[in-house]
Amino acid sequence: MNYNLNYLFLGLFFLAALVVPLLPIVLARFVAPKKPGRVKNSPYECGTEGEGDAWVQFRIQYYLFAILFVVFDVEALFLFPWAVVFKEMGLQGLAAMGVFLGVLAVGLVYAWQAGALEWE
Amino acid sequence: MFNMILKIGVILALAPVGMMYLTWAERKVIARIQDRVGPNRVGLYGLLQPLADGIKMLTKEDLVPEGADRLCHFLAPILIVVPALFLFTVLPFGPGLVAAPLTTGILFFVAIGSTQTLAIFMAGWGSRNKFSLLGAVRNAAQLIAYEVPLVLSLAVVPMVVGSLNLTEIVEAQRAGIFLFTPWGLTGFLLILITGLAEVNRTPFDLPEAESEIVAGFHTEYSGMKFALFYMAEFLSTLAISALGATLFMGGWLGPEIIPGWLWVALKTFLLVFVMIWIRGTWPRFRIDQLMGLAWKVLLPLSLANLAGTAAWVLIPGWQGTLLSLGLSLGTFLVTTQLWLAPRPHLPRQWVKSLDEEVNIWESK
Repeated sequence: MNYNLNYLFLGLFFLAALVVPLLPIVLARFVAPKKPGRVKNSPYECGTEGEGDAWVQFRIQYYLFAILFVVFDVEALFLFPWAVVFKEMGLQGLAAMGVFLGVLAVGLVYAWQAGALEWE
Repeated sequence: MFNMILKIGVILALAPVGMMYLTWAERKVIARIQDRVGPNRVGLYGLLQPLADGIKMLTKEDLVPEGADRLCHFLAPILIVVPALFLFTVLPFGPGLVAAPLTTGILFFVAIGSTQTLAIFMAGWGSRNKFSLLGAVRNAAQLIAYEVPLVLSLAVVPMVVGSLNLTEIVEAQRAGIFLFTPWGLTGFLLILITGLAEVNRTPFDLPEAESEIVAGFHTEYSGMKFALFYMAEFLSTLAISALGATLFMGGWLGPEIIPGWLWVALKTFLLVFVMIWIRGTWPRFRIDQLMGLAWKVLLPLSLANLAGTAAWVLIPGWQGTLLSLGLSLGTFLVTTQLWLAPRPHLPRQWVKSLDEEVNIWESK
C-alpha cells in the first residue's frame, strides 16, 4: 500500500512541480516588454550576419563513445539488483558478476587498443 | 492526503529559495577567491541580491530566434527544472523526513537526473543556433561518458548496505560513516568528480564554455527562461551534494547538539563549497582530456573500487583488506593496460595546426 502511495505522490509532485517553471514564464509574458525585430530575432552569431543553417548534418565523433555507453549502462541495470542481494549470494554471486564484468572489461580493453577512445 | 500536499509544498517552496541563496553564496565565495567583495549593495551583505536578480530577469524580453523549433524551445527550460525538483523527493533530511521513501532511491535519483540531458538537447536543437547545437552535442557526450563511472561507483553502497533506500543507507552508517573506509573514500571522490561533470560545473563546463561557444545550449535564451536553466543547474548541484552527504557522510547522523536536518544542510553546504572552490581555482578541460578522463581513468578506477568492495564485504579481517587491495589493484592494471602503455596523443588536426603555427613563426 505504502509502495503505491509513493508513486501517487510522485505523480502529484510532477503536476505541482510544473507550476515552478510555468509561473515565472507566464508572469514574464505580462511584465516583460515585447519589441521583436528582424535583426534582434536572428540567431546569434557574434554580431555578424548568420551564415548557413544550424540544422545541417555534420560528423560527430561521439558515435563509438555512445555505443560503449549503451553497453555499460545496460550493465548498470543488472548491477544494482545484484548489489542489493550481494551479501546473501556470497562467493557464488561474486563469481557470476566477476565473469560478467570481466567480459565487459575485455571489451573496454579492446576498444581502447583499437583506438576507439582517442579523440581525433 | 494533507500530508502529501504539505510535503509537496515544502519541497517546492524551499528548493527555489535554497537555489537563490546558492547563487548568492557562489558569487560571494568566488569574489573572495578573486580578491573582490561580491554583491554588497542590495540589502545587508547583499542578501537581497537574488531577489533583485529575479525581478530583473522577469522584466527582460523573452526572445525566440527566427526559424527556431518553438515547441522545443519553450519546453526545454520546463523539462530541465522539473527533474531537478524531483531529485529532492528521495533525499532524506532526517529520520522519516523524506518525501518519498522509495525502495529504489539511488536508482530513481540517477534515472531522473539523467533525463536532464534530453532537455538540454532540446534547448540546443530547438534554438537553431550553431553554438547551441555544439553545446548540446558536447553535453550529451559528456553526460554519457560520466554517467558510467557515476553509476558504477554508486553501486558500491548498496553492496555494503544491501538496500537502495537512502534512509536505510544512512541508518547503516551509525557504526561509522562510509567516508572513513577505503572503498568509501574512493567512491566519494569518484562521485564528487563525476557529479561535477553531471551538473556541468567547472572544470567540466564545456557545454557552456563562454570562450569557445558563447553560452552553449542556452545562447538563445533570455529573461526568465535563461534563469530557469540556471535554476536547474544550481538545484542539481545542491541535490548531488546532498546525495554525497547522504551516501558517504552519514546524512543526518552527527552529535545531537543541532537537529538532524541541520547536519544534512551543513554537510551538503560543505560539498557545495568544495565545488565552488574548484570553480574558483581550476581552468576548463580540453574535450579530448574530458573524454579521456572519463573512459581511461574514472571507469577503470570505479571498476577497481567495485572489485575491492566485493572482497572487503565478503571476507572480514586483514585477509579481506589485503585481498581487496590486490583485487582492486589488479582490476585497475588490467583495465588500463598500463604494461602496454598506450600513449595518449594530441588529436591529429590539432597537431597539424600546431605545426602550421610553428611554420609561420619560422618563416618570419
